Amino acid sequence: MFGWEFPPHNSGGLGVACYGLSKAISKTGTKIIFVLPKKLKGIKSSFLKIVSPGTTYKTSYYFNSSIYPYATSSTSQKATSDFFKFADIKGNSLVEEVLRYASFGGEVAKKEKFDVIHAHDWLSFGAGLQAKKESGKPLVAHVHATEFDRGGGTGINPFVYRLERKGMEGADKVIAVSNFTKELIVKHYGISPEKVEVVHNGIDFTEKEELSENIHKVKEAGKKIVLFVGRLTLQKGPDYFIKAAKRICDFSEDIYFVISGSGDMEYQLIEEVARMGISDKVLFTGFLREKGLSEIYRTADLFVMPSVSEPFGITPLESLINGTPVLISNQSGVSEVITHALKVDFWDVDDMAGKILATLNYGSLSDCLVENGRKEAEKLTWDSAAEKCISIYNNV
Amino acid sequence: MPSVCFYFQVHQPYRIKKYTFFDIGKDSSYFEGEGENNLNNRFVMEKVARKCYLPTNKMLFNLLKKHPELRFTFSFSGTVLEQMERYTPKVLDSFRDLVSTGRVEVLAETYYHSLSFLYSKEEFRKQVSMSREKIKELFAVEPRVFRCTELAYSNEIAKEAEEMGFEGILGEGVDHILGWRNPNFLYKPKGSSIGLFLKNYRLSDDIAFRFSERSWKEHPLTAEKFARWVSDVNGNGEIINLFMDYETFGEHQWEETGIFNFLEVLPEKILENQDNNFSTLSESIDRYQTRDEVDVPYITSWADTERDLSAWVGNDMQKDALKKLYDLERDVVSVGDEEMIDCWRKFQTSDQVYYMSTKGMGDGTVHNYFNPYGSPYDAFIYFTNALSDFKLKLEEKKTNKDFSKS
Repeated sequence: MFGWEFPPHNSGGLGVACYGLSKAISKTGTKIIFVLPKKLKGIKSSFLKIVSPGTTYKTSYYFNSSIYPYATSSTSQKATSDFFKFADIKGNSLVEEVLRYASFGGEVAKKEKFDVIHAHDWLSFGAGLQAKKESGKPLVAHVHATEFDRGGGTGINPFVYRLERKGMEGADKVIAVSNFTKELIVKHYGISPEKVEVVHNGIDFTEKEELSENIHKVKEAGKKIVLFVGRLTLQKGPDYFIKAAKRICDFSEDIYFVISGSGDMEYQLIEEVARMGISDKVLFTGFLREKGLSEIYRTADLFVMPSVSEPFGITPLESLINGTPVLISNQSGVSEVITHALKVDFWDVDDMAGKILATLNYGSLSDCLVENGRKEAEKLTWDSAAEKCISIYNNV
Repeated sequence: MPSVCFYFQVHQPYRIKKYTFFDIGKDSSYFEGEGENNLNNRFVMEKVARKCYLPTNKMLFNLLKKHPELRFTFSFSGTVLEQMERYTPKVLDSFRDLVSTGRVEVLAETYYHSLSFLYSKEEFRKQVSMSREKIKELFAVEPRVFRCTELAYSNEIAKEAEEMGFEGILGEGVDHILGWRNPNFLYKPKGSSIGLFLKNYRLSDDIAFRFSERSWKEHPLTAEKFARWVSDVNGNGEIINLFMDYETFGEHQWEETGIFNFLEVLPEKILENQDNNFSTLSESIDRYQTRDEVDVPYITSWADTERDLSAWVGNDMQKDALKKLYDLERDVVSVGDEEMIDCWRKFQTSDQVYYMSTKGMGDGTVHNYFNPYGSPYDAFIYFTNALSDFKLKLEEKKTNKDFSKS
């Protein structure tokens, strides 16, 4: 299995998904060799064999990667040369690293014994293809996001697009995280729908500790909190979130908006909030991990995911298992599996603001959303995702 | 024997439009949805008229001409009759034509198709008398039999119906209340002495729900087969109560399923056996004696497998919405503004809370089909937003009234 990131070294949902899925697959007795592009400190796993350059084997490669799997137009636009024209790529760090990871993939394939290759998203597709070439074993390309999601409608990076397409074309089977994503794959990448299987993500359900005292105080003061969690990029729609916040602040005093995450739009958003005159109501927490994140979910009265294009979207499930109701955009894969959620089109700021206000004002609405939504989220286990993957392995 | 008693329910609610939080205090036209969608009441009425009411009425009229033995019974909500008058007067005319044959009976119900019997006896009685008046005005007949919203029934409701002067009442033929008995006789409610008609849910639902279900082992259902099942009751029943929504024909079961072809030949197939006949509910009361007493201490309905009211009063949103609504009764009545009272009653129509039902969600069951909002949460939001505006207006009127008094 090839993946670019793994908790705790993850910057988003891809690492969480790789972890949850590989853990559940391991439970069934299937052995996984997880190949990372570089050595990462602090990764220990009882259920995986983790392989990375420089440590496991003697290699000539040294990775000091600053690569980010969620490359957006601004972080990766320089990488436009054709991946397969080697002559053009000198001096291009992104392409070089993808190539280095690819040849490491080939090297692993020669040394390890395995039956199926499973590669997660475009940065791993080169390695997956190379491993297939060396070993002749079947390749499953798992698509967690496409360039059409990451661009948020602002343009496509041709290098990334070509690599995605090559990976899916060269794969024996493609896994999409939702029907929403499958449609994009069929429409934009010319992959036959029969070749694409949908496997929805799951969620890890762990027992929750008690809320800390501070949070109780905030709650007792009668303040309401509306939460956004995600990278601050066009794809996630944080700009629509603050537009809705503005609409609500004109209307009601006691509602606060918390934005948790970082990204290329952060400064732009902070400026925008100030210009709107609501900087006292909109709080930026930066990027939060596990404990902080789970606390912030539980502090909130409503979680909003206004994504412009969301292949799956694991955050609403995290919110639900923390007991907070969710409002999600129709342009998301998770809306295919959660019925007990409020749903809006991301661009309909009025509808979004109206539904936020309704949830905060009408207690029985919020109660029903949580009670039913939580049950629904708890049913979405990684075990059923793993089961589907294994049946795909057996049929390639 | 047996007599086939067809009863069709005709009803349309006033659906609330997508009334947002920001409309509160600014817009009081809650029921005036626009555009080509199922929240535009005119649009729905015209669509159902085209697909169901007009073609089915025409067919029944011709069947009545062809078979002098044929009888039908209808019940209309006041809200559907008003909408017929306003949007599709031709439909109303065609129903009048049916009733004027003298072989089509009309029942009484709550004018606003409400669950008011659960919350206010006074309000319930008022709505029943409004229904009686409306039926008399439009069809020139006086209803003798009462049916309660969603076929809700209990000893207590039967007692109410008797006190209001009705000779009969309808209920669901729930297995556990019948015990070893079957629904094919006229029964007597415990505590009152009117006639009780219990729905034969197997035969009724064979038409209303299973007709087009390909996985059903009896599919396709032919008129011959159904007539045979009717004849099978001979010797073990006097009446066969086939109760269903009138929208079954052409709206729930589309024309393509063959439902109209089925209906067209069904009377003749049933009459082929000379032991079979048809009767209206009142005729059955005149013709048959009550055979046994039935005790129903708790409310039953014709919905879902539970046959209770959980599709309307099941979750917290529904209970909350109904409580908020009926809490306004005293103020609405004391302000005495006709328009406000009418509006308050339109909120009472059972469909408003039915759309908020979360039963069977994710299983893709029958509830989704009837929900024009797509989500029970949206239904609750628009209802509660609109009701909040209504409350503001009511407060305003109340203050004005108090002010002018002093």
